[in-house]
Amino acid sequence: MVRNKTISARIAEAALILVMLVISAMSLAPVVHVFSVSFSDNAAAAGGFVKFWPVSFSLESYRKIMEEPHFLNAFLVSVKRVLLGGGINFVLTVMMAYPLSRSSKEFPYRNVYMWFMLFTMLFSGGIIPLYLTVKALGMFNTMWALVLPGAVPVFNVILLMNFFRNLPKELSDAGYMDGAGPWYMMVKVYLPLSLPAMATVTLFSIVGHWNSFFDGMIFMRSAENYPLQTYIQQLVVNQNALLELDSTKLELLMKVSDKTLNAAKIVVSMVPILIVYPFLQKYFIHGIMLGSVKE
Amino acid sequence: MNIKSFYKHYHLMLLPGIVLLIIFHLVPMFGVAIAFQDFKIGLGIWNSPWIGFENFTYMFQLRDSKVIFFNTVFIAVCKIIAHLIIPLTFAILLNEIRFSIFKRWVQTVVYLPHFISWVILAGVVIDMLSLDGIINNTLKALGFEPIMFMAKNSLFPGIVVSTDIWKEFGFAAIIYLAALAGINPSLYEAAEMDGATRLKQLYYITLPSLVPTVVLLATLSIGNILNAGFDQIFNLYNPLVYESGDIIDTYVYRVGLVQAQYGLATAVGLLKSAIGFLLIFISYRVAYTYANYRIF
Repeated sequence: MVRNKTISARIAEAALILVMLVISAMSLAPVVHVFSVSFSDNAAAAGGFVKFWPVSFSLESYRKIMEEPHFLNAFLVSVKRVLLGGGINFVLTVMMAYPLSRSSKEFPYRNVYMWFMLFTMLFSGGIIPLYLTVKALGMFNTMWALVLPGAVPVFNVILLMNFFRNLPKELSDAGYMDGAGPWYMMVKVYLPLSLPAMATVTLFSIVGHWNSFFDGMIFMRSAENYPLQTYIQQLVVNQNALLELDSTKLELLMKVSDKTLNAAKIVVSMVPILIVYPFLQKYFIHGIMLGSVKE
Repeated sequence: MNIKSFYKHYHLMLLPGIVLLIIFHLVPMFGVAIAFQDFKIGLGIWNSPWIGFENFTYMFQLRDSKVIFFNTVFIAVCKIIAHLIIPLTFAILLNEIRFSIFKRWVQTVVYLPHFISWVILAGVVIDMLSLDGIINNTLKALGFEPIMFMAKNSLFPGIVVSTDIWKEFGFAAIIYLAALAGINPSLYEAAEMDGATRLKQLYYITLPSLVPTVVLLATLSIGNILNAGFDQIFNLYNPLVYESGDIIDTYVYRVGLVQAQYGLATAVGLLKSAIGFLLIFISYRVAYTYANYRIF
């Protein structure tokens, strides 16, 4: 497209770029702020001198983290949870999306399953019945309480199913003609063809597992079993709620609490997301759009 | 080729997932029976006495229930409106930039907060808004009185809505950006031939093309009117701002799991679920009828 570059158009363009830079900076600012607090000296951080650059650079807080067994333990619990939970999510998502992507002519029971899944997605008993169910199953304090209740990410199944349905039908026809069975079709034909969608749902499920804190809080009885986010929630965020707040106490708390240490914990818990994110983000826009919007 | 021989494989593929859904979604649904019981955890669902609608009548008498219902709807509606306007504006502005590497960079940056948990972000927000946090320090430096942001009922809903927008606007813009990308470029070329300025193109081509998307999102958002965001509020609030910040989900958690009033909490949760289900059902129906939107 040819655009006439008048001076006013150039100014408008420059202004727009400036606005976008400001917006981007706003999105990054809090993250940058925690990073710099975590790398600062605790006295400077507690005094509130740290803005967007570390003040009296120090790795002290990271050294202290290494000495906190609970923190490392929580980190490991989270890693295990992501691997196990993400794996279960992945396998189940594919195994449900494939048969559901068959037309009801090819698989007449499809609609029954579909309505059941939709119902479970839209209507739930709420947290108390779920809590009692998990308790009745004897899963408290085990990893299963964290990975099994969300084992079927219904929304992801629907995304992937829609993606599968957009693949040309001739593909499965040809495959079946050549003697491929359903399992072979699913694993060897459909799976490799749906990388963007797979990346998207995997990203969602990994991030979901990594970020969730609530199930850890209600299903885990002892702090050693807390996943990372629950640990941080209890330690960094919740301490405000626990105390009767008045301004003097609040001020005291802020002085006493180890700001840089908490910031370092926050940074460490963000890092895995920051690492996987760039690799997967080029897929997810594509993946979401293909999966969710149907013409 | 006998297609029927595949059925059993399809059933087999679905089996594990369906079993898990039954255990963790269907079975707990029977647990809503607790809402009609004077539930004692020692007695369990089978032996706890039935009390009919007593939990519900009690709930309606509580002053709390009106407050939390109002808070929930108020915060949710503010979020819905903000979520329709701000990502839209952002997407339009971003779309006007012709410099595509920069555009992609901006997108990558603004999506990022979406992937960070509310636990982490609440830690950051509380820290920044605390008495000696960066914002109050700036205020002090400019000669203003510091403000106890997290202890003021008048400010709390505003903090909730604005931090939520801050976290999600970039991600929410994806759908608008996709809609913008779908506009036929020849429309713009034709308009330019006819001498339309960029503002005019925005007004006569871009905005009308986005109307269906906006209407669709607005319709679908009706189903979420009772979801004001548990994770966010749970991590941000404290007893001082229950008055303005307590929503149905946080209330159910506190009353049910912390104070162990299972019957009452389940009743509140059930009512929320039922209304929510109805709203989602209606909004999807409307979206299907008028925008031809289908989930599958």
